[in-house]
Amino acid sequence: MLDKSKYPEVDGILAGYAYNRSALIAMLQEIQSAYNYLPEEVLEHISTEIDIPLSKIFSVATFYENFSLEPKGKYIIKICDGTACHVKKSIPILDTIKKELGLNSSKHTTDDFLFTLETVSCLGACGLAPVILVNGKVYAKMTPESALAVIKEIKENESK
Amino acid sequence: MKGSMLIDGQRVDFNGEKHILEVIRKAGIDLPTFCYHSELSIYGACRMCMVEDKWGGIMASCSTVPKDGMEIYTNTQKLKKHRKMILELILANHDRDCTVCEKTGRCILQELAIRFGIKKVRFDKDEKELPVDNSSVSIVRNPNKCILCGDCVRMCNEVQGVGALDFAYRGAKMQVTTAFNRPISNVNCVNCGQCRTVCPTGALVIKRDIDNAWEVLNDKNKFVIAQIAPAVRVAIGEEFGLEPGSVTMGKIVAALRRMGFNQVYDTSMAADLTVMEESREFAGCLQKGERLPLFTSCCPAWFKYAEQKFPELMEQVSTCLSPQQMFGAVIKEHFKTDREAEGRETVVISIMPCTAKKYEAARPENRNSGTRDVDMVITTQELAMMIKENGIMFNELEEEAVDMPFGLSSGAGVLFGASGGVAEAVLRHLCSDKTIGSLKNLAFAGTRGMEGVKEAEIELDGRKVTIAVVHGLKNAEALVKMIKAGEKQYDFVEVMACPGGCIGGAGQPVPQSAHIKKQRTKGIYNADSGSTIKRSEENPTIIALYEGILKDKHELLHRHELNKES
Ligand code: SF4
Ligand code: SF4
Ligand code: FES
Repeated sequence: MLDKSKYPEVDGILAGYAYNRSALIAMLQEIQSAYNYLPEEVLEHISTEIDIPLSKIFSVATFYENFSLEPKGKYIIKICDGTACHVKKSIPILDTIKKELGLNSSKHTTDDFLFTLETVSCLGACGLAPVILVNGKVYAKMTPESALAVIKEIKENESK
Repeated sequence: MKGSMLIDGQRVDFNGEKHILEVIRKAGIDLPTFCYHSELSIYGACRMCMVEDKWGGIMASCSTVPKDGMEIYTNTQKLKKHRKMILELILANHDRDCTVCEKTGRCILQELAIRFGIKKVRFDKDEKELPVDNSSVSIVRNPNKCILCGDCVRMCNEVQGVGALDFAYRGAKMQVTTAFNRPISNVNCVNCGQCRTVCPTGALVIKRDIDNAWEVLNDKNKFVIAQIAPAVRVAIGEEFGLEPGSVTMGKIVAALRRMGFNQVYDTSMAADLTVMEESREFAGCLQKGERLPLFTSCCPAWFKYAEQKFPELMEQVSTCLSPQQMFGAVIKEHFKTDREAEGRETVVISIMPCTAKKYEAARPENRNSGTRDVDMVITTQELAMMIKENGIMFNELEEEAVDMPFGLSSGAGVLFGASGGVAEAVLRHLCSDKTIGSLKNLAFAGTRGMEGVKEAEIELDGRKVTIAVVHGLKNAEALVKMIKAGEKQYDFVEVMACPGGCIGGAGQPVPQSAHIKKQRTKGIYNADSGSTIKRSEENPTIIALYEGILKDKHELLHRHELNKES
């Protein structure tokens, strides 16, 4: 048996849903906000606690874009590549950030877990295109240069 | 619902059929399907079963309820075009190495491609090759051949309650896989193989031991002994066009001799040993009023399931080895000195209806003799392939008798092949009334039949004994939960993982419909009726063994880790 006290926080979340397995998605959402991602051991723990096959949890976790099975960085940069942003040249911004952070199409998070870079398909703020979002904060009418400045500022604040 | 409908212009009555696919098949039309299995829930994903109504509307017949006055067509030009297109699209993403595929000749995709005259696939294959999972000793999973029908997922979840497989990812990246893509030997898979019985393609197949078997059979330094499980004799004939349930033991023996086996025996003999040991254990539990209910242990898929899911229950699972392992342990012990003198090695190959037996034989604790007690397991289907490979005309073979001294077995031992058989065999032994009337009473006590959970009540020496017989692990799980909650009380519970018991094992010829399983079960009871020895204790081999090598070696027949660990 898994040691329950190993994940008291998770148990709290499960208890919040009365260990009802039909609330799996909501549970996963809360776990993701607590850990920033869905750790494998935690999913195993849930599987035994609410008696759902681990394969089913994996199925749900890989189906929804919003769930991540990999640890994410402290700062999540979402860059919009919807039609409006694309037309207003979001790709050069994306490429610049990738280069700056040493990321590529299969590596989305920096080794120091400071940044995760994601593209999204419209943030619903087309009037502000091209847009990036850093931990929920909107940066409007970006250029490669202004994007670099945002990253630089974060890095400086972090190293203080 | 009751009514009638027009199918391709022919009037067909329906009465209670759940969907029009059933009605269509009743009308004698073999509508193609990938994702429909009567024992699983409706999934409606493959669209092969579509039909057209009189207004040109298209619907999946497996998920459409019959209505009175419906008018449908099953083979219009439009439908044919759609079906071909679907097949082509499936084939576009499919490994097309048919000639070297394990499933060739039995593959539904291949069959339908032939049937619908697909001569060319217009689309390029663009998917990356995914790794083949060879980790299990029972099954091989090749995701490159998967058509995403979900049959295995539903079998594993709905019938077996295991959930080792599920869909993952989405869209074009969708796959059927294990949690975190772990090797299947590393997850909760219990090796029952039922997934492979419904997989239409070569994506899930039995792990092949045929080549290893030929190797030892052709090695002069090996003395190769076969044991044939009860359920094999009532099913292998299907591979050669015989009726399901035909008892072909004599032909199997003849075929094995021609293939080079030095001696051929019947696992039913070891089943008799199991009956003796398990009865003794059960009688002891009854007397002391402990470890009740006692669960059977001869199904390795159930055993693994219990270990994983109900570890607290393991002490109530019989310590008896399964017949396969008892046979191996006894044979290796018996022949030790003879073979050592000859400088030859004894190799035990069992012929089993079961993929989990491959796993059981490989478990590290099953090595009384220092090496594996059972060296190799060949399923019914593999044996049929070997017989065909060697060009042996099975149906023409003269029946031969098994070898002595381990050839004798009782009808009770043969009963192990069908769900309820272990319970019935144990009761035959424990019942002090040894008349024919008592045999008949036991046969009608309630352990026989196809229902998922069966109950029986028997008087043993003035005490009422309650018995449950369950098959399909999902049914077993539900029953165990009720027992734990105190809602049900039993003294003895027989569990077989496969629906129908071993006759429905995943090593048997496929497809296995409910009808086929019934006939195989009938075959088992016919074999019992035809045997002169009815009860395990009357088997002279057993008597001789207890006076001989087993005299002070009962522990050979039991698992030991129980005493050590708990
Ligand atoms: S062998 Fe049985 S337990 Fe394993 S994946 Fe297949 S159906 Fe599930
Ligand atoms: S492995 Fe076989 S049964 Fe399972 S989804 Fe793929 S094709 Fe269907
Ligand atoms: S059999 Fe009806 S959709 Fe697959």
